[in-house]
Order: sequence, then C-alpha cells, then structure tokens
Amino acid sequence: MPNEHNVPALPRIGVYVCHCGTNIAARVDVAAVTEYASHLPYVSVAREYKYVCSDPGQELIKKDIEELKLNRVIVASCSPHLHEHTFRLTTQAGGINPYLFQMVNIREHVSWVTEDSAAATAKAKALVRAAVQRVVFHEELAPKSYPVHPQVLVVGGGIAGIHAALTLANAAKHVYLVEREPSIGGHMAKFDKTFPTLDCAACILTPKMTAVKAHPNITLLTYSEVTRVDGFVGNYRVQVKRKPRYVEENKCLGCLECITGCVYKDARYPSEFELGLGKRKPIYVPFPQAVPLVPVIDAETCILFKSGKCPKGCVKACGDRAAINFDQKEEVLELEVGAIILATGFQTFDAGRLPFYGYGLYPNVYTSLEVERLVNASGPTGGEIVLRDGRRPKRVGIIHCVGSRDDQTNRWCSRVCCMYSLKLAHLIKERTGAEVYNFYIDMRTPGKGFEEFYQRLLDEQVHFIRGRVGEVNDWAAIPEEEGKLIIRVEDTLIGIARRIPVDMVILSVGLEPQADAAEVRKLFNITSSAEGWFLERHPKLAPVNTFSDGIFLAGCCQGPKDIPDSVAQAGAAAAEALALIDKGCVELEPNTAWIDAEHCSGCQACVALCPFTAIRFDAERRVSVLNEALCKGCGTCVAACPSGAAQQHLFLDEELFAEVEGVLA
Amino acid sequence: MNEDFEPRIVGMFCNWCTYLAADLAGTSRMKYPPNVHVVRTMCSGRVDPQLILWAFRCGADGVLVGGCHFGDCHYQEGNHKAFRRILLLKQLLPQLGIEPERLRLEWISAAEADRLCAVIADFREQIRQLGPLRAPLEEEKMEHVPA
Repeated sequence: MPNEHNVPALPRIGVYVCHCGTNIAARVDVAAVTEYASHLPYVSVAREYKYVCSDPGQELIKKDIEELKLNRVIVASCSPHLHEHTFRLTTQAGGINPYLFQMVNIREHVSWVTEDSAAATAKAKALVRAAVQRVVFHEELAPKSYPVHPQVLVVGGGIAGIHAALTLANAAKHVYLVEREPSIGGHMAKFDKTFPTLDCAACILTPKMTAVKAHPNITLLTYSEVTRVDGFVGNYRVQVKRKPRYVEENKCLGCLECITGCVYKDARYPSEFELGLGKRKPIYVPFPQAVPLVPVIDAETCILFKSGKCPKGCVKACGDRAAINFDQKEEVLELEVGAIILATGFQTFDAGRLPFYGYGLYPNVYTSLEVERLVNASGPTGGEIVLRDGRRPKRVGIIHCVGSRDDQTNRWCSRVCCMYSLKLAHLIKERTGAEVYNFYIDMRTPGKGFEEFYQRLLDEQVHFIRGRVGEVNDWAAIPEEEGKLIIRVEDTLIGIARRIPVDMVILSVGLEPQADAAEVRKLFNITSSAEGWFLERHPKLAPVNTFSDGIFLAGCCQGPKDIPDSVAQAGAAAAEALALIDKGCVELEPNTAWIDAEHCSGCQACVALCPFTAIRFDAERRVSVLNEALCKGCGTCVAACPSGAAQQHLFLDEELFAEVEGVLA
Repeated sequence: MNEDFEPRIVGMFCNWCTYLAADLAGTSRMKYPPNVHVVRTMCSGRVDPQLILWAFRCGADGVLVGGCHFGDCHYQEGNHKAFRRILLLKQLLPQLGIEPERLRLEWISAAEADRLCAVIADFREQIRQLGPLRAPLEEEKMEHVPA
C-alpha cells in the first residue's frame, strides 16, 4: 500500500502536456488537462506545448527545473517506447536524476484510439493524475553498465547476411556468419539476372561470397544452426550446432574429385538447390560456385551409410589429403557475442496450395523460382528454356500475385513479383522468341529504373492482361488448344472472359516468412507481426532494431524486399551493431529487483520462481539473496513475495499502487 | 442494465506485448472504448494479486491483465506465473463479493492490436452487463435491512 511516510520531503513536480501538433490536441483538450494537472498535489508547474520533444520544448523543461527547483518531471505525450529515453536525458540535462521522470501516453493510448473528445480528455486527466501520484515515489537510480563483447553473430548467409558480415569485418570486428545450408548465397545465388538492370546475379554475388571466405575477420560456419541463445545485449552466449558434412573443411581443397570418384557414376538424386529440376550424387556441392567449396555427403542417400558396403571411390579419389571422414560427429560451439544480426530470409509461397493453377498436376506449370533456374546458364538445362519434354515453348503465361494480395492465402504484396515477372518475360522473349502473356492485378513498379523497365517490356510486345486468373487446365475446346494449357481469365480492361492457350505457365509466387520463423523468433526472444515477419522496433525510427536490445534485422526476414533494399538494410544493421560494440559498454535499465533482508521471512518462494536463477537462499542468515547481475527485471519475485521483502526499482509497490489509485481517483 | 454506465477498467499490460499492441492500435488509428486505463509492468508476472485487489478497492469495475502468449514471454515464463496466480485469485474473488468475470487475463502479442481492441470492447460490454462493482453489494444489503 502507498505509505505516506515514504514520501520524500516536498516533491516539486513539473507537468508538460504535449499537443503533438494536432495529433493529441485535436482530440484531447490539452488546456483543460494542463489546468487540471496544475492543481494536483505537489505540482509546482503545469505547461502545455506544441511539441515538447522539440528543442524549445526540452529547453522549457530544463529551464523550469533550474528556476523552479523542480525535482520531478512528467511529460504527457506519446508512448514511452518512443520518447521516454529522450525525456530522461532532458531531465538529466536539467540537473536532476533521469529516473525522477515519468511519461504519460496520451497519444497512442488516448487521442488516436477514440473519437469522443470528452472521454479522451477525462482519460488523459486520469493518466496524468496517476503519473503525479506515482512520480512522488520515484528514486534516484543509476543505469547498470556492462562491458560488451566486440564480436558479432550474423545468422543467415544470403545477400543481406553476407553484406552485413563484410561491412562489420571491414570495420575490424570479428564476425561469426552462421548458415544452415552447405553454402552461403541464399536465394540470390539461384537467380540468373537481377531486375531492372539485368546484372548477372552471380557476377555481383560470388565475389562477395569469396570475400567472406577469405576475410580474416569472418568465421564462416555453414551447415550450422543456432540452437540456444542466452545472455543480454552486449553479452550474448550462443550455442551453434555444426552438422557433420563428412568432409573436413580444413583438409578439403575443393578439387571435387571425390564427386567424380563416387560409386554412382550418374547423378540420380533430386538436387535441393535446383529445386528438383536437376540431379546430384550422394556427395555433392550445391552449385559450382558454392562457398565454401567443400562437398557434403548426404547420409540419407550415401550407399555406405545405407548398406555399410561401398568401395569408397570418394576416399580413394581424395587420396592422401584424407578429407573424407565418415566418423565425423555433430559439433557444438559456444560463442560469445555482443550483437546479433538476423538475416534469415524468406521462403516462396507453396503454389500447391492453390490447386486451380495446376501446379504439381500439369508438368509444364512452373514456379518463378524454378524458372530462375531454367534461365540460369549454370542451371539444370544450361540456360536453355525448355519444357519438361525438351520442347521450346512458343507461348508462355506468367501469372502474377500467386500467394500475394489474396484473402485466401497471404494478404500482403510481396513487392518483387511484378519486377521479377517482367525480368523473366524479357529473358524468355529474348531467348526463345515466344509470345509472353503477363496476367496481373496491378503493375507495381516503384523503384529506380523500374517503371522504365516496364515500359521497355511494353515496347518489346510482351502482352499484359489485367485480371486475376481463375483456372489453368488442359481441356481443349477448339483444335488450336489441343496439347496446350488453357489459362482462363477475365480481362477486366475489356470486360470479357478469355481463354489463352500456352505451352508453359509460370506462377509468380510470393514471399513468406520461413517455415520455422516462429521457432527462430522464440530462440532469439524477438517479436513478429501477425503474418510472421520479424518485427522492427519502430517502422520509421528504428527499422532494423528489435525489441530485444542488441538484436538487429536485415533482409526479408523483416518483410518482402528486393536486393537493393536488403543490402541497404544489412548496412544499417551492421552500423547499429557497430555503434553498440564500438562504445565498449552498454547501459541497462536499472529495473532490477532486490530483497530486503530485514523483511525476508526465508520462505524461499522467490528462489524457485526466478527464471534466471538470480536468487539463492542464504541458509546461515535464513534469507533469500538476489544477485543483481543476473536479474533481468521481470518482477515475478516481487509479485510473489508474501512479506513485501522483494522489490523492484522503477516498479516499486508504492509506485504501482499509487498509479492504480491515481487512474481511479 | 443502466445504459449510461461506463465501467472503469484498469489494464495491467506487459511492456513487451500487450502494451505494444495498445501502441500499435494507436498508430493504426484503431478505435476502442476509452474505458481502459493502462498501467505498465515489465511482465505480467509482476502483477501482484494484491495490486488487482487494490484496483477493485479503489473503484475499478474490471481489471484486464495482458501478457505474452505461452512460449513468448520476454522473461521465459512470467506469463505462466501470472496465469496460476490469476486462476487462484478468481477463486477468491466471489468470497469478497466480486464476480470473477470482472478479472480477465488475455494473451495479446505486440502484433495483435485488432485483438486487443476486440477484447476491450467485449470486456467493457461484459462489465456493463454486470453493472458497477458496488451496486449489487448495496442492493443485497438493502434487502436484508429489516423494515
């Protein structure tokens, strides 16, 4: 219960109510709230201001602290997640302890969520009253300071992860780059050309991949996954599991003779990298430019693992380099890092979820990612665009928005499909001379050079039909449709239903969060949007930060984006990580708990409750003792303590009880 | 039911999920009844049953505790502790003459602003049906007063 005796001598409170332009003032009667606040106990001054967070607004507070000898400050404006830090610094600059400040959220929680001005004003008054009652109990505190490990962990070796790792390594920071596939490169390594410049993807990506491998400041851990994350900002302990590839990386030279030597003379297993369009052997590299260029033995298909009997052609081919080791075991590494960058990417929409497009039923219905491999010179057909039976397509239909902008599947726009569809249309037209039809809802080409590329495609006589395709089937209605796939669509620009017979259908599949994004999110203790994309701390002011300090986002794990945006975001994430670790120390919110030995009855309820084992029982003194360094400030022990001996800074019982009483007074 | 009755509800929201959902509801300009006054805690595990009773004592008609979904707790398992405590407190409330429906625990993630709005609207309606906290107590007393 609030105890009058704990009230320090004569609080002098300054209350500042913000208009936030019209964001607050249009709904809340700011003058009335200010007038109301000025009569609350211990309030020395209450003022309203257009933008309290602006320089003059902050100066106002600092001047008042000095001239009116304020010892408590309250700002009623936006969410503390936005500007609590700002105003704590203002309070400190004014000459008093920054924790003698309290923020009231009358924008996100009041003016923006109701249209009733009278109710909004009443609610704002109640929240200000609660803060006035609460701030009286605030104590002087000092942030906890901890040293920071100078290393950084980057999770995911696609273009975003690669760029972030290189940026940090070039700044002389040590980076651990963890990738779960046998090679880095991600989705970009599968592409032939990139839009709208038609740059060769391999020509711009592979030099960066090689640079990662060669960089002295990067430890590359492929075929590896993060399995545990402990600690806190600046001091993360990470466990990485390295899957056995049965070829020792430090001994392998990358000559690939072992693959030639394999007892299977022909590749016969579907290649994961080629999305099943190409074949591989049990010992393989995913693609010729793989980094590291070290083969992997797939225990599922290797005859030695299956039967125990094999002439071991691979071992013989390797000879005295002796890199092949069938006894290799899973390895577990423990890393200590100061910051983590998540660049775990995306997966493409499973086209089989929309059965009316015939994917999996008709062999010549492809996903766009499969066609990326078909047009790629290092792909399964050597860049020849051919159907499954080897024929060249004469007519090709590209269906946009498959698994995007659709209430039945994913509602978001995947951002890249319009442009990659244009790119594929151009490449197919250029190489086969086929008639290419694009079926679109809206063409979305906002980006540097994007609209010009669209215009170029129009000039190239590529067909554009506006309408969402209803069905793909092979039911010929006229002789010309025999042996073709029929795309049935309403052409919404001329208002008629059309049947377009084609040889090849390409489904422009959208981007989705990775299948295991939810597990990864929990592993790193970050949040995600309802769709499953990792959530940034603030969409505009902290777009690469997460709500867990020291963990940053880059690339498509945060939402669909193209290569330039992924690279830009990776650079931003690297800069944020650099700013954190270069400072050398990190200051944490002093919201830790403590146990007053005088009041502790020794019941030990708190000991079992603490998730961080920060509390132990001192058998000699028969009291619980809290280790502040381990406490993360959840306050669970405080809520459980029957004697009120456990308390939490910034969330003292007095403060919370006063706040509750205040909102209801 | 008194049509004019607007219940006073205290929201005790976790800093990492429901508080952020309330922020998101604001930035998305979603609308919900202005009855819920939010008190922020670092974790739903910090919500002391005594704090809830104190809210009723101070005149709240309802208390809404918002925490992270199971498995999502920023502090591993504080929400489990909140769940246990509130389950027990709901057993105790009728003995104090408080309908257990006046206390509600909801898991609302930072992304679920729409769900927060729906929960608040629904809870407000539920409390409106119940009426002000003290009213039934007063009526009960009246009936037993000898004529």
